[in-house]
This record gives sequence, C-alpha cells and structure tokens, in this order.
Amino acid sequence: MIRIQNVGKTYRAQDGEFHALHDIDLTVAKGEVFGIIGHSGAGKSTLLRLINLLERPTVGQILVEGEDIGRFDEEQLRRLRHRVGIIFQHFNLLNSRTVEENVRFPLRVAGTMGRTEQKRRVAEVLELVGIADQANKYPRHLSGGQRQRVGIARALANRPHVLLCDEATSALDPQTTQSILRLLLEINQRLGLTIVLITHSMDVIRAVADRVAVLDQGRIVESGTVLEVFLNPRHAVTRALLAESGFESDSALGVAGGRGGHVLRLTYQGAAAGLPLLTRLSRDSGLDFSILQGSVGRLKDMPYGQLTVELERLEEERFGRLLSMLAAHEVRCEVLR
Amino acid sequence: MLGSIQGAWTAFLNFEYWPEIGSGTLDTLIMTGFSLLFTVLIGLPIGTVLFLTSWRQRSERPLAAKAQAWTYNVLSFIVNVLRSVPFLILLILLIPATRWLVGTSLGVQGSIPPLVIAATPFFARLVENLLREVEHGVFETCRAIGATTYQTVFWALLPEAFTGLCAAVTVTAISLVGYSAMSGVIGGGGLGDLAVRYGYQRFNTTVMMITVAILVLLVQLIQFAGDRLVARLSHR
Repeated sequence: MIRIQNVGKTYRAQDGEFHALHDIDLTVAKGEVFGIIGHSGAGKSTLLRLINLLERPTVGQILVEGEDIGRFDEEQLRRLRHRVGIIFQHFNLLNSRTVEENVRFPLRVAGTMGRTEQKRRVAEVLELVGIADQANKYPRHLSGGQRQRVGIARALANRPHVLLCDEATSALDPQTTQSILRLLLEINQRLGLTIVLITHSMDVIRAVADRVAVLDQGRIVESGTVLEVFLNPRHAVTRALLAESGFESDSALGVAGGRGGHVLRLTYQGAAAGLPLLTRLSRDSGLDFSILQGSVGRLKDMPYGQLTVELERLEEERFGRLLSMLAAHEVRCEVLR
Repeated sequence: MLGSIQGAWTAFLNFEYWPEIGSGTLDTLIMTGFSLLFTVLIGLPIGTVLFLTSWRQRSERPLAAKAQAWTYNVLSFIVNVLRSVPFLILLILLIPATRWLVGTSLGVQGSIPPLVIAATPFFARLVENLLREVEHGVFETCRAIGATTYQTVFWALLPEAFTGLCAAVTVTAISLVGYSAMSGVIGGGGLGDLAVRYGYQRFNTTVMMITVAILVLLVQLIQFAGDRLVARLSHR
C-alpha cells in the first residue's frame, strides 16, 4: 500500500543543515493500522507528511499504491490528495463554515459529484462518525471530540484509501481519546481503510495499532508488531516511551527478595491469557512463585499477560523441567536472574 | 429665558450656510463611498497576492519561488513608497495623473483617484496581515485536501478572514473620511473644503465647528455600523 524507501529529509537552516529524517524504510500493508511513535522533535510529523507530499523527501522514494508519488505533477498530486485523507491534532476546521459545509469542502474541491450527491455523501459520513445531528452547527459550538469527528468525516468524504492521523487525539481528554480511537478502529474494520497514525503515547498505539515503528532523532530505531514491541522492547527510547505510559519493565528486580532465587519474566498471549496459568504451574511443579510485577490486558484484540515472578533457586535439571513446562503452555520465558 | 432659547433655535435654523453644509456633507459621503469601493476592489487582490507570494508561502520549486519573491518585492516596494508619502504631497504629485484619468483635479471627481491611491496600499497591507492571521492549519488543510490556489483563496482563506475584512474596511473608511477632508485644501470639495474656505480663509468659526461636528458624527456612525456587522458575522 505504502512503501517508503531510503527516505531522508534535510532542511536548510541558517547555520548549516538540519537532518529531520535519515534512511527511513517502511512498508504499510493494505488495511492495517500502522503506528509511528516518538518523542516530540523525533520527526514523526515530517514522516507522516511525506505520504501526501505536504513535505518532499530530499532523497529516497515513496510509493503509494505502487506509484512513485515523487514524480507526480500538480494535477496528479491533487488527485492523490483526494485519495489520502488526513486529520490533525487541532482539527483545522473552517470556523466560518457549518459542520455540513466543512465536510462538503473536500467534495467541492474534488468536483466529481453534483450538489445533491455531495449532500447525500455528507449525510452518510456524518452518520458514520456519529454526529449527524450536529450538521448545521458551527465548529465553535462543538466539543473537542465532536470537532475531531467532523475532521474524520471530512477526511473520509472522498472515500480515501489511506487515512493519516497527525496526533489526532493529543488535544483531547482521556475519555474522548478512547471514543475517537474506537471510532478509528471501527472505520478501519468496516471500510478496510489503511490508517497511518503518529503519536507520542503508547496507550494510543496499544489501543489501535497492528504494527509500530519507533522513531528517534529522525531514525527508526525499532519496529514490529505491537505485541512484540510492547512485550519485548529492545531500544532505550522504546522503554522510555513504555515507562511514560506506565509499562515499567525493569523495576521488578528491585522488588526481588534477598534470597537469591531465580527471577523470570513470563510472557503469554492469546488463549493462554485466559487460563489460570500460574496456579496450574505451581501445582504441577510443586514450586511457589511470588509475583514481583505483572500486567494483564488486551493489545487491540489480543489478550496478553506478562508476569515477572521469583522462585527459589533450583538445580539445573529441575530448572530445565520448569522451562519445558512453560514452553508446553506457550509461555515465553526470559531469565532475568 | 424661554424666549432666548427660542431665539437661538430660530437663528440656528435660519443659519445661512446650511445649504452649503448639506451639499458638502453629501460630497464627502460620495467621495468616501466611491473611493472606498475602488480601494477595496483594487486593494483586496493586491493584499491577496502579497500574502500568496510572501516568504512563508514560497513554493518548493526554485523557479516558482523566484517568481514569487520578485512579485512580492516589487509589490511590497510600491506599497511602501505610496504609504510613506504624506497624503497632502501625494495629492499634489498626482495632479497631472488625476487630470489625465478623470479630466479634472478639482471637486469630488478630482479627489477620488488620489484617495484611492493613498488608501489602497494601506488596505492591501491590512488584507495581507489578515490572511496571515488565518490559522496556518487552514492553509495546510487546503493543500492536504488537494485544493487549487483559487479554491484555497476563495473558498477558505477569504471566507475565514471575512469578519476581519469587514473590520479592515471600517478602518479604511474612517481614514478615507479624514483624507477626503484633507483633499479640501487643494480644492477637493466636501466638508474639508468648506472648513478650509470658511474657517481658515474667512475666520467663520461656526461653519468650521459644524463641519467638524458632522465629521465626528460620520466617523462614529461608520465605526458603530462596522462593529455591529463584525459582531453579527462572527462565528468564532
């Protein structure tokens, strides 16, 4: 769907050059929700804006649905932008226009529909995002969440194949954030729309993304499925981002008792997350586990669990048996001590 | 007591200069109205072009950016020059051009061209700044939606700036009332002309005071109407 190959972006500043992005390579598959996460200044916004050429890459190639968009002329570029919707952190609605007119704006710009058809389409998307009753209001009369719904409706009006989300929930309170994220997921599933979103919050990634790339100082430092990255973060920046969202991964050892036992991190997902895993292990092995840290929950649709446990020090053979028992339950085990 | 008030009232009504004051007021209204119309018609496009070629809107393609830079620099220079010449001097400098344009440099007709030339650069700068104040996001959204420059300007930027434009027109109209009075000095007609002829040349203070009172009233009325319009149209 989208391929970004060896892309770099350099700005010419007064005192030399500023490298906003280096050697970016990524592929977004059709129908997936792809998250890009990083601290502010990491280059997320620039990266997102490459996909509809609001920013032009200095080097490298960007393919959208197989076409090299860097070679597009003005007219082709405009048509590309009709196919790629975008929503913004601050919504960017026209304050002088009603909700209905805001959503109709891209349809008028594209000019492919007659007036009555435009109105019908507007009613349809307003219904889809759940604000059909607000059509004749002006943006200033709406709450933040409603405004972002208008933004989403506007982005969807031209039936895009890709939706870009630029920190779409960063200006919203937690509850509204959840409802907007649910809406994005629903749209993704119902319309099969490919979504690329950027955020600085792991919670957003956890709620909606299938795959994630971690961006730091203009480079992708880590990428993979959300589950992989969440449960097995490798880069320091990823860990820091996780910690900011309350997913501490390395503090468990500090809680461990002084008896010098083993400390294990057990990670499991899918059906295993629904089983009484720890008590079963304890019974079968005759060992006692103390839980040092744990998180159990759901990443998008996937239930998962991650527990850090401590147990008495075992001789090699018994420890080996425990490990194979864990493997039989499809539990990934890392020995921390 | 009552008799003396009555007497003053009669004297006021019978004041011999009323007809002249009346026609002077009408002339001022005509001069202000027409020059405002032309100022907006010419200044709005100039201001828009200034905005579209200003530094932040420069194209990423070098050739287009160069064309924009040239356009901006030339227009901006002309605007600055016209704004830096005092109006009275501009009036005198423009006499030949005014004659060529409308046939005379005197009266209501002769006042309108210099008024327009003095007010247009001022209004154009107001427009440029107003468009710049429209949230950057609006411009970015238009690009992201794939709007042409025409669509961006006419469907988004100008409508978003509309209430601000109304306020700018109000400010310009008030300056024009003042300028039109000044054009009276060189025989421009209207209330300014009246004030100069009677107040300055014949020491008739009463006529001068009345013209000043009418000018004050006029300015108040324009400001009031402008404020009401802005309040009515504001959707922010």
